[in-house]
Amino acid sequence: MSSIIHGAGAATTTLSTFNSIDSKILVAPSRTNLSVRSQRYIVAGSDASKKKNFVSGLRVRHSQKLIPNAVATKEADTSASTGHELLLFEALQEGLEEEMDRDPHVCVMGEDVGHYGGSYKVTKGLADKFGDLRVLDTPICENAFTGMGIGAAMTGLRPVIEGMNMGFLLLAFNQISNNCGMLHYTSGGQFTIPVVIRGPGGVGRQLGAEHSQRLESYFQSIPGIQMVACSTPYNAKGLMKAAIRSENPVILFEHVLLYNLKEKIPDEDYICNLEEAEMVRPGEHITILTYSRMRYHVMQAAKTLVNKGYDPEVIDIRSLKPFDLHTIGNSVKKTHRVLIVEECMRTGGIGASLTAAINENFHDYLDSPVMCLSSQDVPTPYAGTLEEWTVVQPAQIVTAVEQLCQ
Amino acid sequence: MALSRLTSRSNIITRPFSAAFSRLLSTDTTPITIETSLPFTAHLCDPPSRSVESSSQELLDFFRTMALMRRMEIAADSLYKAKLIRGFCHLYDGQEAVAIGMEAAITKKDAIITAYRDHCIFLGRGGSLYEIFSELMGRQAGCSKGKGGSMHFYKKESSFYGGHGIVGAQVPLGCGIAFAQKYNKEEAVTFALYGDGAANQGQLFEALNISALWDLPAILVCENNHYGMGTAEWRASKSSSYYKRGDYVPGLKVDGMDAFAVKQACKFAKQHALEKGPIILEMDTYRYHGHSMSDPGSTYRTRDEISGVRQERDPIERIKKLVLSHDLATEKELKDMEKEIRKEVDDAIAKAKDCPMPEPSELFTNVYVKGYGTESFGPDRKEVKASLP
Repeated sequence: MSSIIHGAGAATTTLSTFNSIDSKILVAPSRTNLSVRSQRYIVAGSDASKKKNFVSGLRVRHSQKLIPNAVATKEADTSASTGHELLLFEALQEGLEEEMDRDPHVCVMGEDVGHYGGSYKVTKGLADKFGDLRVLDTPICENAFTGMGIGAAMTGLRPVIEGMNMGFLLLAFNQISNNCGMLHYTSGGQFTIPVVIRGPGGVGRQLGAEHSQRLESYFQSIPGIQMVACSTPYNAKGLMKAAIRSENPVILFEHVLLYNLKEKIPDEDYICNLEEAEMVRPGEHITILTYSRMRYHVMQAAKTLVNKGYDPEVIDIRSLKPFDLHTIGNSVKKTHRVLIVEECMRTGGIGASLTAAINENFHDYLDSPVMCLSSQDVPTPYAGTLEEWTVVQPAQIVTAVEQLCQ
Repeated sequence: MALSRLTSRSNIITRPFSAAFSRLLSTDTTPITIETSLPFTAHLCDPPSRSVESSSQELLDFFRTMALMRRMEIAADSLYKAKLIRGFCHLYDGQEAVAIGMEAAITKKDAIITAYRDHCIFLGRGGSLYEIFSELMGRQAGCSKGKGGSMHFYKKESSFYGGHGIVGAQVPLGCGIAFAQKYNKEEAVTFALYGDGAANQGQLFEALNISALWDLPAILVCENNHYGMGTAEWRASKSSSYYKRGDYVPGLKVDGMDAFAVKQACKFAKQHALEKGPIILEMDTYRYHGHSMSDPGSTYRTRDEISGVRQERDPIERIKKLVLSHDLATEKELKDMEKEIRKEVDDAIAKAKDCPMPEPSELFTNVYVKGYGTESFGPDRKEVKASLP
């Protein structure tokens, strides 16, 4: 499954990550937070559902199977189907290319998307294939080219507007808010704006305050737009395709650090529902809601939690606007405890809205208050250690779950 | 015949059967050549000729539609004072020649996009008075179902893209429409209108740069009425030659109170845009009302100035003089026409007043296009469901 590039924080993995096709038996060293235990081996084979060889003392609630990795394995992957492995940015490119092949109205505009191939290589090779009129290198004027994309969308084209970094789209806020979101309404339904606005955001590796912005909190109030955040190559391709085919303006949030995730995705044509949340790991004790990069921090924490005896249910909400309250609600009704882990700022973030939505709708089902772990309300510092502390780390997630589950 | 605007009105000797005679002339499409009152000033291009081809039918059409526009705006003024129109109401009277001249030079395939002073352009694009007044009063039958208001008139079938409240934001949209026209290989152009106040917006120059770079058929039209709300143009712009502001983009300065000059310029611009790329037109025009209904319009300019322009340069008076001097209609006939127009406007207002307000459920329609099935309920929703396809 997807490999994770993160090594900070006190929580270390007890199982090393491995490729799903790997059939070697892994022996984990007994380290750190397996407190009193010693010389314990956790053995897992590639056929995870069958083998269940572990030494007593390790409490695992699920008696059916030991889950060797915390990310839900799709059954299709373990079968001998053809699928192909690629990195997340390649998945995005594939989705984009397939949609451009399918519909001649789809075009891409952004800075350096054409001849340069895209600053994160998402549009690599597209300019050679489709020409300069469909893959447009714009000058550096976010306000104008976002407006142009929206104007073109009013006539029926389907532009995919790339912000080289999501933070730059703040310059186009007026166009996104007033024109993109509202034109369908103020024209009484005459015009649709089938535009996709995408770009990488989030806290990267010491990129500095202005290049580590999380805009989902700023855009979430705009009526008329949909927001989705991708986190794996599978859902990146699926969401990209769905966003392009949607008649509504969709903002697709990618994360700078997730572009090199590797996963095997199906060969056939598929799309992901834009308004659906993804069940990453079913569980019984607590619902952890997350999206984008924090999904991986949560899964890391989940491994620790599983070893401590907790059974977290992890849901990648994917759809930031509107929330998939159906999936979330069902989960809350089952577990009665909610923890939200996000990379947004605390004030006015996605977590804040989600907390309010859950409290309003599912108040009766909650056994404890909804807890929300978000980034600190500070500009992201440059220094590596400080930057780590602005974002939520797996150790904090473990502590929060322990606190909530008392 | 070349006629200057300043020739005195010829005395029309009332003839018997004069009514029948002028009605014959009104459907007559014999060409008349009219000379514009002022020459064009050009920047980086050759100005078009001052002789404009027209016909008697066109002249009478111009008069009728401009009088209709004028009457409609005055009626909107009274409706606003009667508190039937709320919010912002930006009136176009004085600037009718720009809307009329532009419409005469182009087809419904060419797109127009403008800012908030859009009532008359919407009318020119084929909107009906009933739709306009319903929308202004927030009724169901309005062109945007009552949900847009004065600043959000749109007509997709006639390629009228609105109607935008934020100053200058419509210019990149207009360049985007021009891009789509080029992409789809339609032989059409886009007119993106903005005012002298919006001419200082950065996104305008950004959009102009892209349009010139990609050779888009975009025509940027600056309706220079010399005041950006309360700020005179000399207080807002270092250079008030807006037609030259394009630098490497050609420009043309036009007398915006002369409908025929506007028509000629728009024709010229359309040809230029299709062949060579973007061009800027500056229409030197004037508005009699203030910026909007909440602005009296007299705190930053003198009443003498307003009445002076009304006497010297009023576009409807100019057309009226032309009509009379070409013997296309008598004074009385024109007065009758104006009475008819007044009645038409009053009827439309009465009908619009009878129209009901939008249904409460309309609050939630058209937020999203129902593609993937997002459902939302009213304010007392218990559980919001996302229905999956």
